[in-house]
Amino acid sequence: MTARAIFWNTMFYIAVAIVVVVAVFPFYYAVLTSFKTGTAIFRVTYLPDFGNLNWGNYQSVLSGRNFPRSVANSVFIATVTVIAALLLAVTASYALSRVRFRGRGLLLMTILAVSMFPQIAVLAGLFELINFLGLYNTPWALILSYTIFTLPFTVWVLTTFMRDLPVEIEEAAIVDGASPWVIITKVFMPLLWPALVTTGLLAFIGAWNEFLFALTFTITETQRTVPVAIALLSGASQQEIPWGPIMAASVIVTVPLIVLVLVFQRKIVAGLTAGGVKG
Amino acid sequence: MTTTATGAAAYAPDRGETGLQEQRARAAFWFLAPMLLMLFFVAAWPLLRSIWFSFTDTTLNNLYGGEWAGFQNYLTWRELPSGRIRWGGTLADPAWWNAVYNTVRFAVISVGLETLFGLLIALMLNAEFKGRGIVRAAILIPWAIPTIVSARMWGWMLNDQFGIINHMLLSVGLIDSPIAWTARADTAMIAVIVVDVWKTTPFMALLILAGLQMIPRDMYESARIDGIHPVRVFFRVTLPLLKPAIMVAVIFRLLDALRIFDLIYVLTPNSSATKTMSIVARENMIDFNRFAYGSAQSTLLFAIIFLFVTLYIWLGRVDLTGEGRR
Repeated sequence: MTARAIFWNTMFYIAVAIVVVVAVFPFYYAVLTSFKTGTAIFRVTYLPDFGNLNWGNYQSVLSGRNFPRSVANSVFIATVTVIAALLLAVTASYALSRVRFRGRGLLLMTILAVSMFPQIAVLAGLFELINFLGLYNTPWALILSYTIFTLPFTVWVLTTFMRDLPVEIEEAAIVDGASPWVIITKVFMPLLWPALVTTGLLAFIGAWNEFLFALTFTITETQRTVPVAIALLSGASQQEIPWGPIMAASVIVTVPLIVLVLVFQRKIVAGLTAGGVKG
Repeated sequence: MTTTATGAAAYAPDRGETGLQEQRARAAFWFLAPMLLMLFFVAAWPLLRSIWFSFTDTTLNNLYGGEWAGFQNYLTWRELPSGRIRWGGTLADPAWWNAVYNTVRFAVISVGLETLFGLLIALMLNAEFKGRGIVRAAILIPWAIPTIVSARMWGWMLNDQFGIINHMLLSVGLIDSPIAWTARADTAMIAVIVVDVWKTTPFMALLILAGLQMIPRDMYESARIDGIHPVRVFFRVTLPLLKPAIMVAVIFRLLDALRIFDLIYVLTPNSSATKTMSIVARENMIDFNRFAYGSAQSTLLFAIIFLFVTLYIWLGRVDLTGEGRR
């Protein structure tokens, strides 16, 4: 290797190191902080003190009445939202990807537009609808309102997945006289389940993280979802922000997500890019 | 992915099997109906109601008692006895225009930076080197962290007295005294942009990387054999071929940035230096009990985004559906 090549190689690896450190450090620091209580929290340290791990913040967050309840709310809401969205999306995306009909392009654009439009634009109308249905301050208010972004998203991604399935399989089924319903349930579903897992996971993350509707459509602490609980976690007084418990709660709700994302890395990247770049 | 394009073409319905086609079209309708009904229920109807509310004087505690008020929430004027004209409504509200300015400033700067960094990281991940898998996994972490959590984490790191950022900058000697990043009017927007860029650059990088991987390798090969400088290859070959991928990624991010709510709500609460359109609209609607007025603001935001997207797709000829290539 020439000196020049060595220089550029070193520069490249320095850049790589910077990217990794910047990406990981904030979460690392949150974990570090979550193990400190009392005045220790106000001393800046860069390395963990394994001999002196303090689980106090985790205990106080998990033994509190409201936070475990919020986690349960979030799990319930996100799960039901995802199942509902997938059920509605599978048949719809079959029609959108495999049947040619007039206005299909326009319909696809409309669906994409719905998933992209600002949630604040429907807030007033949804508020009225939820009050009208008597769902205010219940999980069902959020399940209903989350459909607005999970459903178009799942339809969109599943449509792009289904378009890429070979037509020959379906043609063979048609020749055998299979109805569209049989084609979906017997022919496509087995091929589609990896796509379903990916879209379901992405929709789950979307529902798990949602904040605006969760903040607006719930009022009591027991109905809150995790993001709202973390955003509104307050200490004994206004000035005193309980950083330790906040970091512990943050770590608790983030670790499962990070694990899921890392396990399903390739699938998630495929799902994300299917929503964006097709070419 | 281009290889599948022939599939749909071969599937064109001009094969004389009209009965089968009709049956399929009918089935398609019933397959689409539940989804369309649901979307009408949760999206179209609430949107229309919100627009309707913006033309009434509805209040939060009396949702059905509102009466038609014309453009009162948008713009009104009244001539005072002194002959001066007093303007009212959102379009004459300095707080609204401040929010518009903040939103646009935030969206342009953060998406610009994300595109730049995203492109650099995508180029990095497109190269082959030891530990690429680790980098790929590492940049997924900011993306996986919920926005509220990242707002809280960074809020703690940017804390004026105990924050690690001030600690670092002080020890290197870049600043003389701690800065209250999230509270000061001149630094609050910087803080918001930093967190947003940190959180969403991975998304940008992955989308651009997917575009990069579709560029045939032999193009680089022949450029290398011809002895063309890599920088020139980047600007003449890579960038033009990447343009469609970047255009799509940018619009996805811009739409997201224009409606930003959660990060700002948690990171810099009540700072007029960072209040965006979504924040003021919700504030009026729910907190200040000016339901109709907030609806007018949310309708304006919708109109702005709608106009912007139409222009972008029209001018940039962006093909979002992927239908044109089939």
